[in-house]
Amino acid sequence: MNFDFSDEQKQMRDEARKYLAEQCPPKAVREVLDGKAPYDKALWKGLAEMGFLGVAIPEQFGGAGAGHLELCVIAEEMGRALAPVPFSSTVYLAAEAILIAGSDAQKQKWLPKIASGDAIGTLALFEGKGNPSPKAINVTASGGALNGVKKPVADGAIADFAVVAARTGSSGRESDISLFIVDLKAGGVEVKSLTNIDLTRGQAEITFKDAKAEPLGAAGEGWSVITQVLDRAAVLMAFEQVGGADRALEMGRDYALDRIAFGRPIGSFQAVKHMLADMYVSATLARSNCYYGAWALSTNAGELPEAAAAARISATQAFQHCAKNNIQVHGGMGFTWEFDCHMYYRRANAVALGLGSLSYWEDALIDRMRKKNAA
Amino acid sequence: MNFDDTPQEAAFRAEAKAWIAANAPKQYEEELRKASLGRVQLKGANILEVAKAWQKKKADAGWACLHWPKEYGGRGASPIERVIWQQEEGPFGRLSSMFIIGHGMCGPTMMAFAGEEQKRKYLPPLASGEKIWCQLFSEPAGGSDVAGLRTRAEKQGDEWVINGQKIWTSGAHYSDYGILLTRSDPNVAKHKGLTMFFLDMKSPGVEVRPIKQASGASDFNEVYFTDVRIPDSQRLGNVNDGWNVSLTTLMNERMSIGAGVSTGFPELFDFCNSLMLEDGPAIENRAVRSKLANWAVKASGLKYTSMRAISALSRGERPGPENSIGKLVAGSMIQDVASYALDLQGAAGALNGPEDAEVAGKFQAMLLRAPGTRVEGGTDEIMRNIIAERVLGLPGDIRVDKDVPFNKIPTKGRA
Ligand SMILES: Cc1cc2nc3c(=O)[nH]c(=O)nc-3n(C[C@H](O)[C@H](O)[C@H](O)COP(=O)(O)OP(=O)(O)OC[C@H]3O[C@@H](n4cnc5c(N)ncnc54)[C@H](O)[C@@H]3O)c2cc1C
Repeated sequence: MNFDFSDEQKQMRDEARKYLAEQCPPKAVREVLDGKAPYDKALWKGLAEMGFLGVAIPEQFGGAGAGHLELCVIAEEMGRALAPVPFSSTVYLAAEAILIAGSDAQKQKWLPKIASGDAIGTLALFEGKGNPSPKAINVTASGGALNGVKKPVADGAIADFAVVAARTGSSGRESDISLFIVDLKAGGVEVKSLTNIDLTRGQAEITFKDAKAEPLGAAGEGWSVITQVLDRAAVLMAFEQVGGADRALEMGRDYALDRIAFGRPIGSFQAVKHMLADMYVSATLARSNCYYGAWALSTNAGELPEAAAAARISATQAFQHCAKNNIQVHGGMGFTWEFDCHMYYRRANAVALGLGSLSYWEDALIDRMRKKNAA
Repeated sequence: MNFDDTPQEAAFRAEAKAWIAANAPKQYEEELRKASLGRVQLKGANILEVAKAWQKKKADAGWACLHWPKEYGGRGASPIERVIWQQEEGPFGRLSSMFIIGHGMCGPTMMAFAGEEQKRKYLPPLASGEKIWCQLFSEPAGGSDVAGLRTRAEKQGDEWVINGQKIWTSGAHYSDYGILLTRSDPNVAKHKGLTMFFLDMKSPGVEVRPIKQASGASDFNEVYFTDVRIPDSQRLGNVNDGWNVSLTTLMNERMSIGAGVSTGFPELFDFCNSLMLEDGPAIENRAVRSKLANWAVKASGLKYTSMRAISALSRGERPGPENSIGKLVAGSMIQDVASYALDLQGAAGALNGPEDAEVAGKFQAMLLRAPGTRVEGGTDEIMRNIIAERVLGLPGDIRVDKDVPFNKIPTKGRA
């Protein structure tokens, strides 16, 4: 047994951290936060050049072919730096969907473009409020044409293509749902930007009016693919969340050592110390759950569904917990636009929702544990 | 990231499995499996005798205190092998509860500070369970603030004369030996005047009085010392250096308490799977599921945190203060889990007669024992201090008594 990343993987983490510290300082994140750009284009190109976008894409499709453990390592650093790029939608959602369900031709077409940073992709799943469910899908597909409205779609306004979940049957079952790839720059597609609590990653509404759609995977298999994609993305996103949680904890710790009140560093007050200790505890538990998820993801183990749900819940809680208490440790300063605390708070609360909210994953986890126990 | 056994580990596991299958006291397996936290009892058998017999059998076959060196009664096993053994030992491991303090804390302290001859004499019978040890640190005036203790040690020739009182000493009533922290110099600051010994609990002048605990059980004791004589050869570490010696003990305590802590989660999950509520099975209730999921990820988080620690150990890294996390999380979790299991039972949750209560009163026993878990081996607050100061590097608490000679420190909060 060795329950840790390898030395090479740790080296990769150091490299990614160093790169992002230079190329993605808070100042760069703020360009997007303040609405000066929809995402950081230079960083996106740079990440492609570093090989980070295609780290888990096989070499035959233009990727680095390293694997999912390596992608977890990168994901953590992206979360830590709050990288304002469509990494999660393109790499965890669109690329994974194509890897799982795409034909050879589709992989040849899209994956090299993803790895090189030439195509931004996303998953168009939600249609208004609610959690992932086949019942909530009303966008229809027939005769190769899509009709209906998706929202919110992460990074929808900057994406070149979307993997879209649409209804192709009326049996009332999961098998009604199929997946399609839609070129968002083509006719029949209207995209509108929506404001959201995380200003560093956009959300959009996409309306399809007889938009041309290409099937992804077999008809009626869409929901099973969605479930797999969400599980895989849950692990990867959990690493982003743990990266963010760790950084928020670090910021709180550093501030607690510097700020003086009543003649002492505030970090010497037990209420503050204990708040930081609890942040450490939640971040540590989440990290450990993530490691298990990473193992399950990289080996495609039968435990993946359960491990993914556990990583997702634990990392969501940890990031929210650390982000909110980081502001508390910072006092009034923490509540200013100028300090970076709110960027973590915004991100923590936005990523808590995008793959299905906590209640969805809680339900999923217990279902999965129950099935395992019954087996 | 790899959970599979190496061929060597797999061979070790197979050997352990086979030996346990052939030798474990299987007649108690079911009872042990069902036993509640901190309350292992066997019907019609003396638990102490059963536990000692199992430990002795393990020792004779080389399965006791696996990670100790061979010459002291162990087998020089790796940390991973120790974990494999624990996994395979399963419910029979619960028989070891009265050895935990000896094996987890006293043994390592002896190993670090006793003379070679003493180690060879005292450690093997400790490993084999023939002799049980206790830890005599806490006093009415010094629990969290261990260095506030007052039990005096005065040197007379080649001997030390001990007077004073200890409290909350687990297992003192059945222990053969103990490690004892005393005040040898009250004229210097409190951490500087302590000295550590080990002693025979049957020495003249030692009196053990069991204390009835809040849970109703009597696992811990008061221990009184009246002119008890300990030879200087049983001193551990230097005179007045007892604080440093005790840090070794406490560090190991956190490791050994933190490693195998119960969270109550598997028990609660099973319970919710079988419990029927007014509107159907508990496990299908939305609110119940949400609670369960929250505890599930804490329990798995702890499990994988300890796996990370073991991986670090096997690479030769030392266990650090981050191990305080185990007891901190599990302690309050088991309390919350137990109270929730009672809540699900409604008014009947208050009953704890084995016949009347669900799952033989397991959760009621858990609830009543849990407050002790949050206090023993360092309270939640002390654990948080350790994490804040030694993991995160925050300033130490302000210690107004730090440089004051011990005999000048005030003894009451409200004057
Ligand atoms: C079941 C059980 C078994 C035990 N077994 C043993 C044993 O075998 N041997 C042994 O030597 N001892 C044993 N103990 C004693 C145990 O180690 C102490 O009870 C424990 O360390 C707490 O000390 P205290 O009881 O003096 O509480 P106090 O130190 O008086 O604490 C009271 C409250 O004050 C808080 N507090 C104290 N100091 C601080 C601080 N610096 N910062 C914040 N809060 C603080 C505590 O967290 C607690 O909430 C046992 C205790 C229990 C409950």
